[in-house]
Amino acid sequence: MVTETASDGAGDKIRCDACPVMCYIKPGAAGACDRYANQDGVLVRVDPHILLERTVSHGGKLVPFQASGDWDGKIVHQPELFVTAIGAGTTYPDYKPAPFIVSSVVEGVDMVTVVTEGIFSYCGVKVKIDTDRYLGPEAATVRADGEAVGHVTTSEYGSQMLSLGGVHHLTGGSKKEGRVTCDALMDLSNRKAVELTIDGGASVIVQAGQPPIVNGVKEERMRVGCGSATIGMFAKQWQGKVDEVVVVDDHITGVLSEHQAGKLLDIPATGIKMKGRRSTPGRYFQVAQPGTGWGGTDISDPLAILGPFDPKTAKPGTTLLMVSTTGEHAGYYVLDDALKPVQRDMPPELQFSVERIQENCEPALCTVLFMAGAGGSLRAGVTDNPVRLTRSVKDALTRVTSGGAPVYVWPGGGITYMVDVTQMPAGAFGYVPTPALVAPIEFTMTLSDYAALGGHMDYVQPLDSLKDVSKDIRQLPWPGQGA
Amino acid sequence: MSRQPQIALLPDRRLHLQDGPIDLIIGADGSEADIREAYRAAAERFTGLLDELCAELPELRRAADPDHRALKGVVARRMHDAVASFARETFITPMAAVAGAVAEEILGAMTRTARLTRAYVNNGGDIALHLQDAATFSVGLMDRPDSEGVLRRMTLRADDAIRGVATSGRHGRSFSLGIADAVTVLARSAAQADAAATVIGNAVDLPGHPAVLRRPACELQPDSDLGHRLVTREVGDLSDAEVATALTAGERCAQALLSNGLIEGAVLQLCGTICVVGARPIEIVRPPQLRAAAA
Repeated sequence: MVTETASDGAGDKIRCDACPVMCYIKPGAAGACDRYANQDGVLVRVDPHILLERTVSHGGKLVPFQASGDWDGKIVHQPELFVTAIGAGTTYPDYKPAPFIVSSVVEGVDMVTVVTEGIFSYCGVKVKIDTDRYLGPEAATVRADGEAVGHVTTSEYGSQMLSLGGVHHLTGGSKKEGRVTCDALMDLSNRKAVELTIDGGASVIVQAGQPPIVNGVKEERMRVGCGSATIGMFAKQWQGKVDEVVVVDDHITGVLSEHQAGKLLDIPATGIKMKGRRSTPGRYFQVAQPGTGWGGTDISDPLAILGPFDPKTAKPGTTLLMVSTTGEHAGYYVLDDALKPVQRDMPPELQFSVERIQENCEPALCTVLFMAGAGGSLRAGVTDNPVRLTRSVKDALTRVTSGGAPVYVWPGGGITYMVDVTQMPAGAFGYVPTPALVAPIEFTMTLSDYAALGGHMDYVQPLDSLKDVSKDIRQLPWPGQGA
Repeated sequence: MSRQPQIALLPDRRLHLQDGPIDLIIGADGSEADIREAYRAAAERFTGLLDELCAELPELRRAADPDHRALKGVVARRMHDAVASFARETFITPMAAVAGAVAEEILGAMTRTARLTRAYVNNGGDIALHLQDAATFSVGLMDRPDSEGVLRRMTLRADDAIRGVATSGRHGRSFSLGIADAVTVLARSAAQADAAATVIGNAVDLPGHPAVLRRPACELQPDSDLGHRLVTREVGDLSDAEVATALTAGERCAQALLSNGLIEGAVLQLCGTICVVGARPIEIVRPPQLRAAAA
């Protein structure tokens, strides 16, 4: 393994064992080859675009380059050796045949892995941001560095979705738009933090596997449910401890005494009056504007969503808990003689219930799925009859992976896939100035199937031989069998 | 452990060989069988070549002794021979010719076994050429690796005696003691061109100029053959007069090498100014877009 480097006792430089030159490399510097560098004491493959630039200098023509990426050892090792496409090298238009066509025996079946790096102009990322805070209106433009790189798409459960990249931003706009989009996609895919601003909405720092930071505030928790659902979940725990509970939520605010769950527990009416639009008893839409305050609304004072209590029902001394869907905000109030809620210290047992809500909220994360379509020319690197590869993938005879990570292949035409970038080795993505992203893609199938679909059989190399050739083979998780 | 180089045939029939820091792009013209044979020979010779060099690496990184050659390997000796003529006057190690010497060695292996009308081995911009009969090569010149397109183009012919082209400069992979953006040298061999480009590149300089940022080579690369010598990291704004001064220093060096028969020609580039040194005029073709811009 390349990452197992001997540390030089005398300093922070490391000695690269990738080739017999055995360079000593200082932190932040690259070895004589420009392929390996010392990144914080760890030997890594350097970013491919540097090499590409160098390559361009070597006579002005593109040659296959070594992409970056090294195995960070984070994913559980499994016994089968799997060759990833990271660093396989490719050219644009695509290499024919793919750089490595490797045969190995997996579970007694003679398998072939066609390993290549695809250059994807048709690619983008789907970002799921676990937050109830308002990020911006649906279809609003998402910007990086001032350039349009995508848009806000539908809200999903407890999260906001962004759709970034795609061929129109990469190649359809200005040169800067393409470059910025490409950078943003590559950084997001390589699990770096990217600051995005949404027209008419928030600024959010997105990093795969990390909590989102919305307008400078780090999101801690993903809500356990909508306000109404939270009432349903915790009604019994509140019974007898507080007269009324309001769970503030931009989507559906729940009110205990009116809610079905409260009725079932015979919780008496409190005379509370909610703003917003009543959906069904105890469930309210649009109690406020969306925002980054309580429960994804724009409010900082929860009493703002209450009307005056009904004097016919309400009694002085009635206790009221107001809490957001994540338990992040909470306040305890008691009605005074004028039936006005007055904030008081929260009793411990109610504090406990607020903490229970927090505990049930999962950590908020950003997730980034890279999505791309393998075009005909990439497929031609695998077989002389590209459409057969598509069919083979659709028939589940050929497994597609990206940097060894499992992918979801969309039904329908072509090979359009999505992959969770956190499942891939670090630094797996590169770019070319087209602009387009370079991503690893592997096609694995039995040798006989490979021959049947018109594979480049002359180029098949046994895995054993490749093991000696290249240090780029690492143990990677074999995606779940039969998945 | 046996380590094999990466050997790949590119779609346009060029051959790509890579092992450690050596990255070769190879082209050959001839019959199908000859090309195949040449590529086979190239791959065969390339295998183990890096190990050969590394076996003598400590000696290769020492200042060359103009009168004594302790090296054993054929490529190592070629490196030494290429730099020996400079070693009396200046500090130079055989490493200054490594890229060209390797390119030459691979080209030699190809042309020994196959009949080729034309072939080249491009080792990161240091190129060994083979030209037969009426064959020509078109060589593009760039000022820096990250610029788009070539600045100039020149045509090399079989009767030119030029069999090596090398470029050195501060933007390249190796360190330069000078400030030239690029010095391209035409010489009778790739190793000779490589060494001379280094020497001329070092001569294009403005010693002690405050706009030039220099750092000891060993601070950047602990095992650099340049040791504590100051290598150029950045060049700030220079006036036209300063550019002319630095280029003139390099030009004088190139002229001396030319009259000693060590080079056939050189093109020096600094901050957009180009200076051509040659016994006979090098045919320089400005690309059309430059011609239009100049008009």
